[in-house]
Amino acid sequence: MALEEYKGVYIYAQQVDNELSTIALELLGEAKKLAADLNTEVGAFLLGSDVRKLADTLAEYGADKIVLIDDPELKDYRTEPYTQALTAAIHEFKPDIMLIGATAIGRDLGPRLAARVHTGLTADCTQLDIGDFPLQAVPGQEQLHNQLLMTRPAFGGNTIATIACPHFRPQMATVRPGVMQKIDPIKDAKANIVEFDAKLEKNDCYTEILKIVKETSQVADISEAKILVSGGRGMGGPENFKILEELAETLGATVSCSRAVVDAGWKPKAMQVGQTGKTVRPHVYFAIGISGAIQHVAGMEESDIIIAINKDENAPIFDVADYGVVGDLNKVVPQLTKRIKETLAAKGA
Amino acid sequence: MNIVVCIKQVPDTKGGVSFKPDGTLDRAAMLAIMNPDDKAGLEAALQLKDQYGAHVTVVTMGLPKADAVLREAMAMGADDAYLVTDRVLGGADTWATSSTLVGAVSKLDYDLVITGRQAIDGDTAQVGPQLSEKLGIPVISYAQEIKIDGEYVEVRRQFEDRYHIVRAKMPCLLTALSELAEPRYMTPGGIIDALAKEVTVWNRVDLKDVEDSNIGLNGSPTKIAKASDKVRKGAGEKVVLDTPEESVEYLIGKLSEKHVI
Repeated sequence: MALEEYKGVYIYAQQVDNELSTIALELLGEAKKLAADLNTEVGAFLLGSDVRKLADTLAEYGADKIVLIDDPELKDYRTEPYTQALTAAIHEFKPDIMLIGATAIGRDLGPRLAARVHTGLTADCTQLDIGDFPLQAVPGQEQLHNQLLMTRPAFGGNTIATIACPHFRPQMATVRPGVMQKIDPIKDAKANIVEFDAKLEKNDCYTEILKIVKETSQVADISEAKILVSGGRGMGGPENFKILEELAETLGATVSCSRAVVDAGWKPKAMQVGQTGKTVRPHVYFAIGISGAIQHVAGMEESDIIIAINKDENAPIFDVADYGVVGDLNKVVPQLTKRIKETLAAKGA
Repeated sequence: MNIVVCIKQVPDTKGGVSFKPDGTLDRAAMLAIMNPDDKAGLEAALQLKDQYGAHVTVVTMGLPKADAVLREAMAMGADDAYLVTDRVLGGADTWATSSTLVGAVSKLDYDLVITGRQAIDGDTAQVGPQLSEKLGIPVISYAQEIKIDGEYVEVRRQFEDRYHIVRAKMPCLLTALSELAEPRYMTPGGIIDALAKEVTVWNRVDLKDVEDSNIGLNGSPTKIAKASDKVRKGAGEKVVLDTPEESVEYLIGKLSEKHVI
């Protein structure tokens, strides 16, 4: 592998139902930062059926070049045709870095793709930097420059590792939604669009999608919310989420929940914050009746302001909360809603 | 039907997690358990065995003490068990782990291979899809329901806001979500039988068609540049006030101070 032939920071521009996923724009923002450090271009691999119209948005969010692979076989995500298409594209365009969203699609596609092209893949990165490997020069070992340094949590967020992929290309990473920042769109920006025929070949690894059932289209995307009002097992039951909805409505916030709530069947998976749910970092995070298992904390600890309300004084959530109130949520929350309304009304007057 | 289930022994990060005074994880205080997603995958395999009849084999790569999770799997109902262990396999990333598992799984008969979606220590969710790629079989990740239809498998596959019903020709690899199946308990008879059964131990030399350049630390494309226990953000204020009214006023004060309201 001639590593120096590999250039550019590319992203996988995930689309679902021919609409770009927010993660694609977030990855472009990060790719732009990395590309500036490397003095190279930002590329996007756009796959699907009849998706050319998405190219302008990618350009506005930072793509210099868009590799368009448009094929009816790529209409809905399936592992094998997408892996074939991206493998061919990687061999043709030779990206130095390839970023993929750590979504239900990306976490299936990324590993299969990395295995096919024989390179490393680092999952669920929370920070990406360009730097040296090894970090400090070691006698007798060549120190490589301009490497992608991929930082990720492990052990339920209790350890942090920085990982490099020094001898294989592309350097591949998946990044969870909500972690990287998209740029302010540049109006009327245009990218160089390159149509690419991946020459897909049907084989026994092709699967057939018999049915697609959308489940939670009515649920707001919790990773987009500026304020989250999150409930846990301590809510006692699904009916009690009404008091959270009222608080959320007052603040223009969105309601989310912990894993216990999803496991109990009170709320859908799309509302779950945490390691097996979504990573969120709103401006304000209310943790109400949430004990604060580390898997939960791993998904919300980057929030700017964390407010916890819990009757258990020893709940671990208080270890990460900026402001913690020990008390009965059934009494505190409705009154809080009322007082916020009064305060806002007074300010508005 | 033959089903191979890949399982991993992991430290329990869920219950009994304790921290040292400096805020880092106290690993010595943690128990080793069967990874929860893997256990759900095993349960799904055992349910297929109950429903359709199947021979269920469990495979793990790990330290010799990982024998414990294989015994547990057999006590739940797995028919036989393989422990892949060798010092040269240590330090493997997901590429090297999947290469190693291929060397073991490809020696066994299988119509289905089931892995957990992800392990709670590494959380990568990469080994299952990478194993499928190297076995040259289709993968269906995030399986929630499994049905067998002749030489095909039909799986309910979860995405963020939808699910797909996906049909694939067997052999096929599935990655299991922990919601796939509630694991059964071991039975006393099962435990006694499991202790009497053999766990087959395979070392490096027993792996089929695996290059040295693809295993262990040296065969791992990714290299750790730095690792440290995370020191958590310190706790802020915690107040215990006499009445809900006082608690509410405290919060109103903070929300105003931070310009949230």
